[in-house]
Amino acid sequence: MKRQTIKKTEKTAGILYCLLIYLFLFLPIAVIVVNSFNATTTKPYLSWKGFTLDWYVKLMDNTPLLQSFGNTIIIATASTLLATCIGTLAAVGMYKYKFKGKSIIDGLLYIPVVIPEIVLGISLLTLFSKTNIPRGMLSLILAHVTFSIPFVIFNIRARLAGYDNSIEEASIDLGANRRQTFFRITLPVLAPGVAGGALLAFTLSLDDVIISYFTNGQTKTFPLKVMESIKSGVSPDINALSTLILIGTIFLVVLSQRSNMKKNK
Amino acid sequence: MKGRKLKSTVGPAAVMVGPVTLWLAFFVAIPLLYVFLMSFCSLDENYNVVFSFTLDNYARLLDPNYISIYLQSLLIAFLTTVICLVVTYPFAFLIARTLSKYKAVFYMLVIIPFWTNSLIRIYGWRTFLGANGWLNNTLTAMGIIDKPLDLLFTKGTTILGMVYCLLPYMVLPLYTAIEKLDKNLLEASADLGAKKITTYRRIVIPLTASGIFSGSIMVFIPCLGLFFVSDILGGGNSDIIGNLIERQFQSGNNWPLGSALSIILIAVTLLLVKLYQKCGGDLESLGV
Repeated sequence: MKRQTIKKTEKTAGILYCLLIYLFLFLPIAVIVVNSFNATTTKPYLSWKGFTLDWYVKLMDNTPLLQSFGNTIIIATASTLLATCIGTLAAVGMYKYKFKGKSIIDGLLYIPVVIPEIVLGISLLTLFSKTNIPRGMLSLILAHVTFSIPFVIFNIRARLAGYDNSIEEASIDLGANRRQTFFRITLPVLAPGVAGGALLAFTLSLDDVIISYFTNGQTKTFPLKVMESIKSGVSPDINALSTLILIGTIFLVVLSQRSNMKKNK
Repeated sequence: MKGRKLKSTVGPAAVMVGPVTLWLAFFVAIPLLYVFLMSFCSLDENYNVVFSFTLDNYARLLDPNYISIYLQSLLIAFLTTVICLVVTYPFAFLIARTLSKYKAVFYMLVIIPFWTNSLIRIYGWRTFLGANGWLNNTLTAMGIIDKPLDLLFTKGTTILGMVYCLLPYMVLPLYTAIEKLDKNLLEASADLGAKKITTYRRIVIPLTASGIFSGSIMVFIPCLGLFFVSDILGGGNSDIIGNLIERQFQSGNNWPLGSALSIILIAVTLLLVKLYQKCGGDLESLGV
């Protein structure tokens, strides 16, 4: 009897502890969501003045903010596509073929993952200024591809660990050429890894602050717009947009999880 | 047939690995080499970088003001790592070994907050802790305090922000390591008469060491560079190495000095990664 009570208290303590961690993780998000409904109109928009939906309406008129969000989406989409193509080819190529300098490529892949982002940011800044690559949309996309590629490759590599090479040999034996084999055999098998890598690249790009901060020129992404506004107090329409983005991403992920589950059934 | 196969692997290999090689060479290797080179350059009177070899930038790194910031930065990173580890280990253990059917949900709930922009979440903490924030308002309303507490802009708040930003990088490797633990080992240890605490010390912790090491490295290293956290929550009282570098590349406009500062950061990173590998750490587990 006594043992059971001890077990029960232990369990309750465990649940409480987890709730505490989740509270810590979600607390600032609650602040953001609540403040997006705050009727205050005076900077720095901190004291609570009642509930309103005005900021969601005002958001529609805030062209620079919406534009920055549009830039973020363009950059994330373009860099994800590019990084996924380069990364998928590289992951498969490095898995299948042995060649000189492979370990060098491997070493280089870990650099963007391990070094603090600021180092990659400033080194890209010096490169762009030296080579006169215009700083703006283009430089941002190039920078985002650079930090995304390793994550795409590592994701696909995890999938390749259980890969059976004989299905490719079977495809070649049955008369398919290399390209057909790649697109019709290899790629479908690796698809979950490719999709996972792409999703990771996309979210990394959406949220990137530090590398964009050094490589953006005059083009503002949403995180950079937030950074700008922090000095004068983040206005509730930024909170409103953040709330909408959060709802959007949760919706997308639940949707993709559901379709995954259906496929697995 | 066999001959044809052998000969023709060069083509496909080049097509597949060529793009990534060029990309990494141009956007990772060359820029880093260029930063290294720039750390030996000087500035002319118009703040342009000129290529005349000098060690001045490295000499300036020994400025006592800088040294105290490096130490502060290392201290903040160390405390952040220890707090992350101690706080999340029991949490990761509970969610990795739960039998609940909502296990996947518990895991996702750790990741979801990170889909909201990190800057705005850090600003959320500032709002929460500020003089007019929820915490102070609640405490005042409850009559616990008379006037708002001055909580912001200390080393403590910077560490709080760092812990907040980097927590999932500790949770995820720990989760992976703990999930792999064989339940039978724990039972065997208990059957053989070990106390719970002994089982943890002798079985659980050593077997999840890989997660502890990779989590620690993934928290400690970024913590040296996240300048916006100390900007927003530290208010200039808790600068880290990242702030020093940022200033030289923006307002300070002294790129050679900024490059030399970056070289320190690279050196620290390399040292820690080597140490990590010496401890038996696998680079691959730092990937995702």
